[in-house]
Amino acid sequence: MNIYLDLFLTFARVGACTFGGGYAMLPILQREVVEKKGWATEEELADYFAIGQCTPGVIAVNTATFIGYKYKGVLGGILTTLGVVAPSVLIITLIAAFLSSFADIPLVGHALAGVSACVVAMIASSVIKLGKSSLKDAVTVGIFLVVLLLSLWLKLSPVALVVGAGVVGWAARRLCGGKAGEAK
Amino acid sequence: MILLKLFFEFFKVGLFSVGGGLATVPFLQNMGMATGWFTDADLTTMIAVAESTPGPIGVNMATYVGYEAAGIAGSVIATLGLVTPSILVILIIAGFLQKFRTSKTVNDVFYGLRPASTALVAAAGLRVAASIYVSITGVGWNGVSVNWLALAIGVAVFAAMRIKKLSKLHPIVFIALAAVMGMILKL
Repeated sequence: MNIYLDLFLTFARVGACTFGGGYAMLPILQREVVEKKGWATEEELADYFAIGQCTPGVIAVNTATFIGYKYKGVLGGILTTLGVVAPSVLIITLIAAFLSSFADIPLVGHALAGVSACVVAMIASSVIKLGKSSLKDAVTVGIFLVVLLLSLWLKLSPVALVVGAGVVGWAARRLCGGKAGEAK
Repeated sequence: MILLKLFFEFFKVGLFSVGGGLATVPFLQNMGMATGWFTDADLTTMIAVAESTPGPIGVNMATYVGYEAAGIAGSVIATLGLVTPSILVILIIAGFLQKFRTSKTVNDVFYGLRPASTALVAAAGLRVAASIYVSITGVGWNGVSVNWLALAIGVAVFAAMRIKKLSKLHPIVFIALAAVMGMILKL
């Protein structure tokens, strides 16, 4: 298949399978982009997610643009973005036109409660996968715990946390003479 | 003219909302008041629909608002407006990273950034988990009620995804099964 068409269709599939926003997209991305297509590694996905959270715009779109650009340049970035939004545009337009009481249907509510219960488990499973590639030594485990606590308790903004963690990582590597975390 | 305005309004939302999905809501409230395209009550319906359909929530919101304001052309233009700043900003950053990929400084920064990214996803997961599995109905421990059925579905899915054979299944299979379970159990 033409690679550009493949990029568009793969991300359209990611968009169609994502329920509940950016974070819920992670398991689908790990599946479609890392495991099936090999367009990015787990590490790169973690990088893109970090940047996607502290740059303007929708996280899912930012991550899609990143992967598309890395794989096939500017056109790739544009096509993955169009792909990830295409199902939304189609589905929402249909609902807005014909089914504005969609969210009030009891059966829809029950189905969605089931989906939410499942999405949490999928996010947990993704975190374990990401952790395997990003938590390599005491410094990275420490950064993980501190950011987790600061985010949950103090509700600090992701921007501050990501920038802070980057500085800490850089400083740790400098102080350890560049040895930390290089045991690959 | 309304299409141009839609594009510009959503371009602003895309440029200034950081952190995804529901971060767009305050901007949309302002937009509704300023333009009269939709009321706060409409917005509540739109949030419910955006959260209950596939796709990024911010994109779903843009499509919905665009459609209400100017039909099908409106839904396409509003979405394009929302994603244009993302594409521009990310392409600039990605180009920069590609140029400096071998730089030691960039590598060192990412060494600290990756665990933070993992932690932010974990924190988001925990917040969602708390809102779905636990509800506060009163004061103190007696007022905390656990939604055991939902928790059981979550644990079952998690366990299934850790089993090697089942983990090969596409995530949408689990989502579809959970939706059916939700309907049967009237979650």
